[in-house]
Amino acid sequence: MSLIDLSSVVAGYGGVPILNGVDIAIDASDIGVIVGPNGAGKSTTLKAIFGLLKVSAGAIRFAGADITNARPDALVPMGLGYVPQEKNVFPSLTVQENLEMGAFVRTDGSGDTLASVYEMFPPLREKRRQKAGELSGGQRQMVAMGRALMGKPKLLMLDEPSAGLSPKYVLEIFERIVAINRGGVGVLMVEQNARQALAIASRGFVLAGGKNLFTGTGRALLDDPEVARSFLGGAKPA
Amino acid sequence: MNEFVFFLNNVVISGLVAGSIYALGAIGVTLLFGILRFAHFAHGDMMTLGAFITLVLTWILAGMGVSSGLPLAYFVLPLAIAITIVAALGLDRLFYAPLRARGAKPVTLLIASIGVTMMLQGLIRLLFGTGTYSFFEEVPKVIYRLPVEGATRAITFTQPQAVGVVVTILAVIALHLFLKRSRNGKAMRAVADNPDLAQVSGINIRKIVRLTWIIGAGLACLAGTFLALDVTVKPDLAFNILLPIFAAAIVGGVGQVYGAIVAGYLIGFAEVLAVFNWSVVLRPFRDSLPDWVPTTLAIVPTEYKVTVAFVILVVTLLLRPTGIFRGASS
Repeated sequence: MSLIDLSSVVAGYGGVPILNGVDIAIDASDIGVIVGPNGAGKSTTLKAIFGLLKVSAGAIRFAGADITNARPDALVPMGLGYVPQEKNVFPSLTVQENLEMGAFVRTDGSGDTLASVYEMFPPLREKRRQKAGELSGGQRQMVAMGRALMGKPKLLMLDEPSAGLSPKYVLEIFERIVAINRGGVGVLMVEQNARQALAIASRGFVLAGGKNLFTGTGRALLDDPEVARSFLGGAKPA
Repeated sequence: MNEFVFFLNNVVISGLVAGSIYALGAIGVTLLFGILRFAHFAHGDMMTLGAFITLVLTWILAGMGVSSGLPLAYFVLPLAIAITIVAALGLDRLFYAPLRARGAKPVTLLIASIGVTMMLQGLIRLLFGTGTYSFFEEVPKVIYRLPVEGATRAITFTQPQAVGVVVTILAVIALHLFLKRSRNGKAMRAVADNPDLAQVSGINIRKIVRLTWIIGAGLACLAGTFLALDVTVKPDLAFNILLPIFAAAIVGGVGQVYGAIVAGYLIGFAEVLAVFNWSVVLRPFRDSLPDWVPTTLAIVPTEYKVTVAFVILVVTLLLRPTGIFRGASS
């Protein structure tokens, strides 16, 4: 049984569907990466899983339970965490308050998780009393990921975690993602930095026009000449 | 010395009283805007409704033969607040929630709230007529006079004014602790900041909306009752002060609770300073003043007091459109 399993998902914002039958399945041990051209439905796939838009056909199962069209406030307690691409912090709340909001649905204490988030992102501990809106882009991304981790997710979904970050931060964020995954959290992410992302991926999905074009291990997609030519900007550098 | 006491009575005390009422109203308006993203035009009438609910409860209590040296309004206030909250939640369920569910634009909700205003005013006039009522039919309004050495005048204020200002300060402190310390208070700020992210964090937006109405309506009842204790109960009690309340919410920075408090007092004091007769303060120097100095030196005549809030609003919007505390611009 996969941790998350999308079968032939059709979804959109009313009217014309954006997803026309997407299949994605990953396990808790996986880092799944969705790549593809603009408008392929990558971000939409994550939003559909998280109940942010209407799924009109197909099914989404999470750890065996049907979660098609479930509401976010029901999904977070089940163990889904989602980091949107933009506007992913509460700007006027402090860093620590941002993190606390990630644990909003938890009824157990979240002190241990807070400590482990600070351990993973040391700059956040220093800036815990500062407003999140005053942080740099990379630090904001840390707050956003930390917030999602505070809910103790089984599956962490990230929408372009490296967007707009300097190369130094991109590397750092990817390292953290691998570490989170080693800690037993399944990761499903959308990335523009396709080559770098597929390098850490155990599962890769190429979407185009709201459909799967290629599915395979990250390695297999990187090595596929067709994928390389169409979606990774030419052949793999030597 | 008399001039100083006169200033204290007419500016400091009057400003504090007016400012407290404006601040309580403006907090509700600004919170509702922050969470629901629309200007709740019916907020003044929610204050009036609160005052009338308090009035009816005092009648019931008096009818049961209860009497006290203090106005009965003090004792029934908690129950009146609870009833006002239930009424506000009912109004939301009946009028605003269906519109939100259909994805109505903020301006549609604003127009709906104007409808609610008319309905509430109509309902109150239908039940109570257009006359005025007083909380002081049975007991006299206690007036405190604190003598000042070297002055023939005393510092003068009424008991409800003192109670009102103190309760306002306590309510503001309680609200501050709620927003900064409690889980739901932080969630409320999170929803105001970024509703989409609050939703994906698992915060139940509907619950936060209910909480916002509870706070807004509770403070509205408090403000309406204190206003009514200071003057009288009448159907257009708080509709008349809707402009300064909205001005306070906007000047403070829409969505900014602390801004609304500061701007509430700012407008309260600006109003009393504007209508204050400054020639009184100049009286000791009367002999040395030239003849052309007039005997009344108010910046605006009392009848035009309402323009003060408007002028402050316009100046703020020109110089600092997001308000003094940098709220949402819209």
